[in-house]
Amino acid sequence: MAGLPHPEHPDITAAMWEQIDAVIERHRGVPGSVIAVLRECQQIVGYLPVELIDAIAAGLNLPRSDVFGVASFYSLFSLKPKGRNLIKVCMGTACYVKGIKEVITRIEAHFRVAPGGTSADRRFSLEAVRCLGACGLAPVMVVNSDTYGDMKADRVIEVLEPYS
Amino acid sequence: MNQVRTQLMLCGGTGCRANRSEAFRETLQQELERRGLAREIEIVETGCNGFCAVGPVMLVQPEGIFYQKLTPEIVPHLVEEHFLKGRPVKKLFYVEPASKETIPKMEEIPFFAHQMFWVMRNKGVIDPEKIDEYIARDGYFGAAKALREMTPEQIIEEVKISGLRGRGGAGFPTGIKWEFARKSPGGVKYVLCNADEGDPGAFMDRSVLEADPHAVLEGMIIAARAIDAHRGYIYVRTEYPLAIRRLEIAIRQAREYGLLGKDILGTGFDFDIEIYQGAGAFVCGEETALMRSIEGKRGMPRPRPPFPAVKGLWEKPTVLNNVETLANIPLIITHGGRWFASVGTEGSKGTKVFALSGDVNNIGLVEVPMGTSLRRLIFEIGGGIPRKKKFKAVQLGGPSGGCVPEQYLDIPVDYEEIAKVGAIMGSGGVIVMDHETCMVDMARFFMDFVQDESCGKCTPCREGTRRLLEILEKLCEGRGEPGDLETLEELSRIIKESSLCGLGQTGPNPVLSTLRYFREEYEAHIFEKRCPAKRCVALLKFEIDPEVCTQCGACFRACPAGAIAWKKKEPARIDKEKCIRCMTCFEKCRFDAIS
Repeated sequence: MAGLPHPEHPDITAAMWEQIDAVIERHRGVPGSVIAVLRECQQIVGYLPVELIDAIAAGLNLPRSDVFGVASFYSLFSLKPKGRNLIKVCMGTACYVKGIKEVITRIEAHFRVAPGGTSADRRFSLEAVRCLGACGLAPVMVVNSDTYGDMKADRVIEVLEPYS
Repeated sequence: MNQVRTQLMLCGGTGCRANRSEAFRETLQQELERRGLAREIEIVETGCNGFCAVGPVMLVQPEGIFYQKLTPEIVPHLVEEHFLKGRPVKKLFYVEPASKETIPKMEEIPFFAHQMFWVMRNKGVIDPEKIDEYIARDGYFGAAKALREMTPEQIIEEVKISGLRGRGGAGFPTGIKWEFARKSPGGVKYVLCNADEGDPGAFMDRSVLEADPHAVLEGMIIAARAIDAHRGYIYVRTEYPLAIRRLEIAIRQAREYGLLGKDILGTGFDFDIEIYQGAGAFVCGEETALMRSIEGKRGMPRPRPPFPAVKGLWEKPTVLNNVETLANIPLIITHGGRWFASVGTEGSKGTKVFALSGDVNNIGLVEVPMGTSLRRLIFEIGGGIPRKKKFKAVQLGGPSGGCVPEQYLDIPVDYEEIAKVGAIMGSGGVIVMDHETCMVDMARFFMDFVQDESCGKCTPCREGTRRLLEILEKLCEGRGEPGDLETLEELSRIIKESSLCGLGQTGPNPVLSTLRYFREEYEAHIFEKRCPAKRCVALLKFEIDPEVCTQCGACFRACPAGAIAWKKKEPARIDKEKCIRCMTCFEKCRFDAIS
């Protein structure tokens, strides 16, 4: 739907809109492509503001409720902005048994960020995620794309400090 | 082709990568070049070796020397000693935890010695990004045989004879599933591979995809031929980027070699595969939910019948098989169903891959013949419980499964035998728990998972699991009341009976099985307000028993809040005003003096 005016949004620049349009264009008319579109658009913007979801719905010619329904169903998609650094702590059974709970408590207390939330200064987002499949390293924490195994509560703050 | 005298099979699985195997490889390559050895010694990055606990690991071929816990710092010494002077480096050998004996060769390490590599036949042996190496180990032989020499009926018959059952958890006979789909009328059919491995504590599918992606493609080609499908999808978790990358490479190479696409091997048969990335929903491991997700909808299950073999993806007949199931198929076609069925028990044939984790020494992937006892799995292959702690229970089958206590450890790995004691084979997650694990807390953990992942379609599952969680949280916080256990049982029964899909039908299992074997632990939480395993923070007193305290000061040094007072030759004391109840002292105390 080229030519459709883009809604104003502080987190989406004109360059981003261009990329978003290209993603929608590529998938238009392909059945079942909405999840792929949402994934790629989230990679561009960082999260999925409602205005973006509306634009995707219009672009793919789908009801807004369908697109929102998919975006809210899958844990990959976030409707809220994220921090500069994403901490994922693995809540798989092996990590749980080996003490990830204590690690989370320590992060929460030190950086004032709750699981599922973002710290007020947007430095960290904390996510308690499903088993990362790296049980051999339990307890596991992933910061951005760095994986830390054998993560103990008394070491975690030291590991996180360099991420500003 | 350049002849090399030695190949270094360095594990490139997720576990070893997280332990800096990349940095090790780069340093090693530079050192080999500097020493002029790069032409005779080749580094091969393999898929997951399975022995994640001691990673990064490397196998030196053809000698069979196995090195563990490698670091970039050790490289100069290693190259000098082993590759120049021919003296293997002893301090990098595996050390048996019990006997402290060093073992240089891979096949002699107990972890590997009791295993049987069928599904993982190529792990650590080939470069998963090179199709030629797969073919050199009889890869695509099964597909060629199936396409050229066998009718679809013969393929299905062979799979039926093999007795192969679905490795994703339910254990449905694969041959029968294919037969249903074959007989369903319709011009368009699909073959799907379920690589949405979501069970916490299961990582065998990831490892197979990372180590041997072509085995899965070959299995899909054979399945497609059997049911006459021309299109396949691999539904893989987006959390597995390395597996996705290797699959993409494998599919591209298979197309170049004429093993996917139009007119495969000149037989006139067309089949192609696409990767579909999941978006993070446990319920999508359920077959009908997975198909909804590929269709771009919310991944919610629908009632069966009609079964997917009749009406599946886009309402067309569809076969959905798990990664491990598909990786078995080429073997069955190559060697025959009877050969496959010669291993295993009466009702469970072949091997099973387990992901061993939790409180066990040798964490990693293991493949054993069906019929192996749990005790052998945990104590001989797994090397027992670390730090001389006591075994308490083992959780099989993740959140849909149950725990097995000590007295049943001699049961064999077999779909029916495991079900008899209240657990399930499941996808093969084996989580070992020592005596410091609280079973009520464990049930709470699984219920938190299930209620979060419930898609919300069926009320008993959506609301019931939440109520179960509330009761379990109450128990862990010391607010349990008489009657709670009966409510747990009643609710569990109703959820199991009235849910549509496997998630709800099996979700209460962890509660029921822990209640079955550890009821007294639940009762201690309710009637004595005590957590025997000392895990539930609300039920702990944070007091040090001066009689038991050895005055070592470990807790004092570890306390992040400065709440512990200790002097040499005096028992430590906790200042409850300052204590933040973080449990660090419990972890540090080796004498069980804190309660």
